[in-house]
Amino acid sequence: MNRRYIFSLIGLFTLTPYTVAAQPSVQYQAADAPVANISTHLPGMPPIMDQGTWFHGIFNELEGRYSPKGTNFRWDGEGWYGSDYNKFWIKSEGTLEKGRLSDGQQDFLYSRAVSSYWNLQGGVRVDLDDGPTRTWAAFGVQGLALYQFEFQATGYVSNKGRFASRLEGSYDFLLTNRLILQPQVELNLYTKADPARQVGAGLSDIDTGLRLRYEISRKFAPYIAVTYSGYLTQAHRFARQQGEQTGTTRFTFGVRSWF
Amino acid sequence: MLKHPISSSRITRRQFVTGLGATTLLPNAARATPLGNSNIPAVSSNQWDLRIQRSKITLDGKTLNAPCVNGTVPGPVLRWKEGETVSLTITNTLKEDTSIHWHGIRLPSQMDGVPGLSFYGIPPGQKFTYTFPVQQSGTYWYHSHSNMQEAIGLYGAIIIDPLTPDPIPCERDYVIFLGEWTDAMPDDIISNLKMQSDYYNFRQRTLASLPKEAQHAGSTSAALKDRLMWSRMNMAATDISDVTGIVYTYTLNGHAPDTNWTGLFRPGERIRLRFINGAAMTFFDVRIPGLEMLVVQADGNNVEPVPVDEFRIGVAETYDVIVQPKDNRAYTLFAQSEDRTGYARGTLAPALRMSGIIPPMDPRPVRTMVDMGMGHMDMPSMSTMKMPSMNMGGMAMNMPPSSPSPIVEDPGPPPLNVENQNIAQAPIDRTGSPGDGLEHNGRRVLTYKHLRALRPGTDPRPPSREIILHLTGNMERYIWGFNGRKYSESGPIRLHKGERVRFTLINDTMMEHPIHLHGLWSELENGHGEYRPYKHTLISQPGSRMSYLVTADVPGMWAYHCHLLYHMDLGMFRTVIVS
Ligand SMILES: [Cu+2]
Repeated sequence: MNRRYIFSLIGLFTLTPYTVAAQPSVQYQAADAPVANISTHLPGMPPIMDQGTWFHGIFNELEGRYSPKGTNFRWDGEGWYGSDYNKFWIKSEGTLEKGRLSDGQQDFLYSRAVSSYWNLQGGVRVDLDDGPTRTWAAFGVQGLALYQFEFQATGYVSNKGRFASRLEGSYDFLLTNRLILQPQVELNLYTKADPARQVGAGLSDIDTGLRLRYEISRKFAPYIAVTYSGYLTQAHRFARQQGEQTGTTRFTFGVRSWF
Repeated sequence: MLKHPISSSRITRRQFVTGLGATTLLPNAARATPLGNSNIPAVSSNQWDLRIQRSKITLDGKTLNAPCVNGTVPGPVLRWKEGETVSLTITNTLKEDTSIHWHGIRLPSQMDGVPGLSFYGIPPGQKFTYTFPVQQSGTYWYHSHSNMQEAIGLYGAIIIDPLTPDPIPCERDYVIFLGEWTDAMPDDIISNLKMQSDYYNFRQRTLASLPKEAQHAGSTSAALKDRLMWSRMNMAATDISDVTGIVYTYTLNGHAPDTNWTGLFRPGERIRLRFINGAAMTFFDVRIPGLEMLVVQADGNNVEPVPVDEFRIGVAETYDVIVQPKDNRAYTLFAQSEDRTGYARGTLAPALRMSGIIPPMDPRPVRTMVDMGMGHMDMPSMSTMKMPSMNMGGMAMNMPPSSPSPIVEDPGPPPLNVENQNIAQAPIDRTGSPGDGLEHNGRRVLTYKHLRALRPGTDPRPPSREIILHLTGNMERYIWGFNGRKYSESGPIRLHKGERVRFTLINDTMMEHPIHLHGLWSELENGHGEYRPYKHTLISQPGSRMSYLVTADVPGMWAYHCHLLYHMDLGMFRTVIVS
């Protein structure tokens, strides 16, 4: 998180003078500074509408993952509705395998733009799949880090006093203008184990992929990928004890699409 | 009081032989289509009935149910006469509000046609009559200022005959209206840009383009270093146009390149070409291979003729040029978009169905640190650029030595915030540059420094106030504004009636912005003292600092904005109140 950008918000209405010696006639004020009770247009008829709202949804992952040990289907997507500053977000992910839905996490978040590239987000997360349901309060950041990394970090606290966090990052390497290689990683961390949900304390699981997509249009891009998902540290031991797979590399087909 | 100096001393009106010629000699193909009404009426008129209607118009395979004037795109050429009072009745047959704004015309603010500012717009099914005295001459244009109608066909040319003949008489006279056409709806374009601001840019740096860049930069590591620098700033050196030839067909008088609008001539004739950039989002670089162009007018005002091979025309600007083809052959009017993703094209020919050679497009420009406002190491103005109230070049000459230095309203460098992603550390004077992509191309290219008015300005007073505005934006979020704020978060810029002010624009973004002040002239301070050119739209180049003088002689609420339609609509707009 880039601190400079957060603090620059405070500078929004404070006026920073030039560093050179001020001449006596200089007034450090903007001619278009907002002033109360001065109308800038006729009542009810702004000449432009710069406070529009938009709706977009994107499936970053909508894919089938194949391996000799078993095939599964996974989605990871998000949608938002709102204005430049305020948005309502839904994030959804889940894995379907042999009729079982696992790793189903749904976030419902309010998002506030706070700097050039960063948004603060807060709301709830519900773990909804065939395991026991857990509910969490969520708070995090989402945005574009330096060097154009897409990044999301969310902290969670459950009604039982557990803490968790999820880190997600991705990067687009342009091989050509339509052929794009995207490494992506998602990490989940928990303070306490929750064996019923295959969750271990500490770094619990990782989901990562290297996707090569072709943008037929910006909004529709099929891809091939190599993906890996697996349990780490304590969760790794749980899985091994229960005779489950601890981690699998899979050959993957999918489509990235948005609307 | 409102009279412009250049036109006030004219006596007789020009012979418009060529208007008739254009009507009768247009190719049949051009006449049959509902597009491209570029015929100059034989005589001027002060009474006009214009009907705004939806018409189904297909161009280059892209069909729109376009709102347009009298059924054509562009609408009819309006020919007026300086000194007369015109009366234009607009009938709105659309299901939504509409308006017509007379771009560059000096008139009472209620007649300016911006809904929400001194005017309520024209509701569906209603009529509105604009009436105002015509106090100027030259080439102008009109367009809707409602919704996104301007982007999908509601525009046309205006020609105003001067009281005295133009300094150089011509045998032919053609309007060259440049535009763009797409069946992508403006709201969708905005929505796509909000989701992904490089949505329309398929000319980015990639692994495949690295060898070529390495060649340019001298080594692979130099090329990679440059990439890293841009990527560290979360910006792209290939960010030239927000909307590109991927969806746009570029048009000349409403014709796609392959339908080839043609203007006829006889060898040896002088032809006046009135270039108007009526595009919503595209800058054009114009040339006619094999012909020298004499630039004689900028934004409707006469300038000392400048011979050039090429010029850049920003959105909403106009340039009149004179050409004199001597050979009995076809010449191509070639207007490539700044980002080189396409071109508009027409032909000047001695007979129909001829066409000249279409030159290949130039390489697209690549932004540099100058565009990011990092200055230019060999620029002498380096030492003065940090002093906001220092005047450079010609402006200092205008001021009597005893006059007090003007009060400066200066917000200081803009904040880095949600609405702004860059600060130009060392903005420079770029009026001597033809623009990105046109430097050192081996041709004589017009720059703003070349523009020198034929007559001295009417208001010799030095400015009493300087208003500094930063052009800001966040490309990633696709928000635009001034001083790090969009329109809805700003106050108005207030001017006292009769006041003389200097506007100084500092462009903190990495893109050109054509800045347009309604109702008042903008006199560019480009080093020619009192022979400053009068303009209505000024290109602010990326990373630049530019000043112009304004006499606030007509009261009212005026629009002040970037003329890139999607920049304006997403915040790069202010109200200027003269009272
Ligand atoms: Cu702009």
